[in-house]
Amino acid sequence: MKIDTLNLIIEGKEFSFGGGEGNGLQLDCGRSLPEVNISYETYGELDDSKSNAILVCHALTGNSHLAGRHSPDDSAVGWWNCMVGPGKPFDTDQYFIVCSNVIGGCMGSTGPCSINPDTGKPYRMDFPVITIADMTRGQKKLMEHLGIGKWLSVVGGSMGGMQALQWSVSYPESVGSVMAIATTSHLSPQAIAFDWVGRLAIMSDPAWNNGNYEDDLPESGLAIARMLGHITYLSDESMRRKFGRRLQEKENYSFDFSKDFQIESYLEHQGHQFVERFDANSYLYMTRAMDYFDLAPDGDLREAFAQSNSPFLVVSFSSDWLFPPENSREIVKALRNNNIEVSYCEMESAYGHDAFLLETETLGGLMADYLRARKADME
Amino acid sequence: MASGVDNIRAEQRDFAIIADLIPHGASVLDLGCGNGDLLRSLREEKDIYACGVELSQENLLECVRKGVPVIHADLNDGLGDFSDDSFDFVILSRTIQAVARPDRLLREMTKVGKQGVVSFLNIGYAPSRFQLMFRGRMPVTKALPYAWYNTPNIHLATIKDFRFLCSEIGLRIIEEIPFGPKHNLLARLWPNLLAPSCVFIIENK
Repeated sequence: MKIDTLNLIIEGKEFSFGGGEGNGLQLDCGRSLPEVNISYETYGELDDSKSNAILVCHALTGNSHLAGRHSPDDSAVGWWNCMVGPGKPFDTDQYFIVCSNVIGGCMGSTGPCSINPDTGKPYRMDFPVITIADMTRGQKKLMEHLGIGKWLSVVGGSMGGMQALQWSVSYPESVGSVMAIATTSHLSPQAIAFDWVGRLAIMSDPAWNNGNYEDDLPESGLAIARMLGHITYLSDESMRRKFGRRLQEKENYSFDFSKDFQIESYLEHQGHQFVERFDANSYLYMTRAMDYFDLAPDGDLREAFAQSNSPFLVVSFSSDWLFPPENSREIVKALRNNNIEVSYCEMESAYGHDAFLLETETLGGLMADYLRARKADME
Repeated sequence: MASGVDNIRAEQRDFAIIADLIPHGASVLDLGCGNGDLLRSLREEKDIYACGVELSQENLLECVRKGVPVIHADLNDGLGDFSDDSFDFVILSRTIQAVARPDRLLREMTKVGKQGVVSFLNIGYAPSRFQLMFRGRMPVTKALPYAWYNTPNIHLATIKDFRFLCSEIGLRIIEEIPFGPKHNLLARLWPNLLAPSCVFIIENK
């Protein structure tokens, strides 16, 4: 009975605030954004009691476009099309689903490409460094704008999961439940290391020009950063299964340094695709926001969640070595030690970190069941 | 097929006895909670604060389907994720025989909970003894259908063994409820020989 969302036409929406003394967004770094735009999409209808609203937080390179198309000629559907729609886990017949582009990104919300009202020119590298908490500050403003008092659930995978956790810490009274998928309460030194090398690739590209590129984009730097990142999203096993040592459209080694292996060709393709849709400066800002994410800088994660009071669903994936299951177990332990109701699943998967986008059937079923229980609790 | 049905009946007896022991509104941790049936009925009937621990992903997903909070973990890794005295009761139902170190788990569960509730199959039960004595082979019963080489039940014990272990590791037995699917009277008369199963309530001395 699943009606597909392929024919669903979704319109992007905008919400702006600021433009006056003290009306902007105060940031963790000490600076503030005087004018902020949040671009977002909504799916389904908000019910009369406004108790069926779910916030989906997107990951590093994701966006607000969860499902359906923007126009009938759109070639691709939203990134969570399998999860969001009528009869799907995030059932648009039951729930009102909101997803906004994070600030600092390049998908419509205020970021390094936006015009700085003080100069009339794009911010570029003059954009303030933002944090995961700053992203949730923007989302909170949107929540108020939409007239929602409490989310039925805040859900996200990877960087989206960081935002979901941050919500429970920053705005415990506004969160009915949290679904934190393939995420962590603090970025590991290993992940910080990958981010650093990725940023160096961008910043070493002459075209980057201290962020002041115009038509000549730092494509090779950004593509390398993406390829590096992409390796961390896969697993040894998923690469073996998908590519093995197979050669790309050739019988023998070339005995030079051009692409021989399928995996090389795949990564190059990923890199090329990425530069078409993502801004290099935003990549710097997004990864920095993740680097700085640590809910318990003093090491006491239990204390960090002391004000949280909603139930949690925490999911990790067995082969995820970027945000490994231990990260999730730390979260579960801290929540348990606060007597917070938590369910935890370490899902069996060979897909690595990307499993949160690929294990759609098992994860979708789990989240659908969890949401149903939360909705029943609310009623 | 018959053994399956008998097992389900025995499990229901097991659950009924344990459910009777749990007071209204208690906090309950169920180690090896399976598909969450016990916790769900305790939540519905006694409004308990529930948490399950389960290793099988299939069972875990079923718990969530039933609205039972559950944590994916291997009991052999210990209960380090739970702080001391965080539950009124910690249940270990038909699971102790499958863990690597029952002694360690019993110690931990009586720290995490004020009281422990342990149920297990008594390998000292007459039919098992007779198999070993007269056939000269490891017992295979309806409740323990595996062969010695493929059984997950690596730590079978008699009721006497359990009492002995509790005294060895400093646990007090508050109550001992030997039972069978039908013959409760016989089971109480001579538990170690005539009770197929037993529920113990234990605590730290």
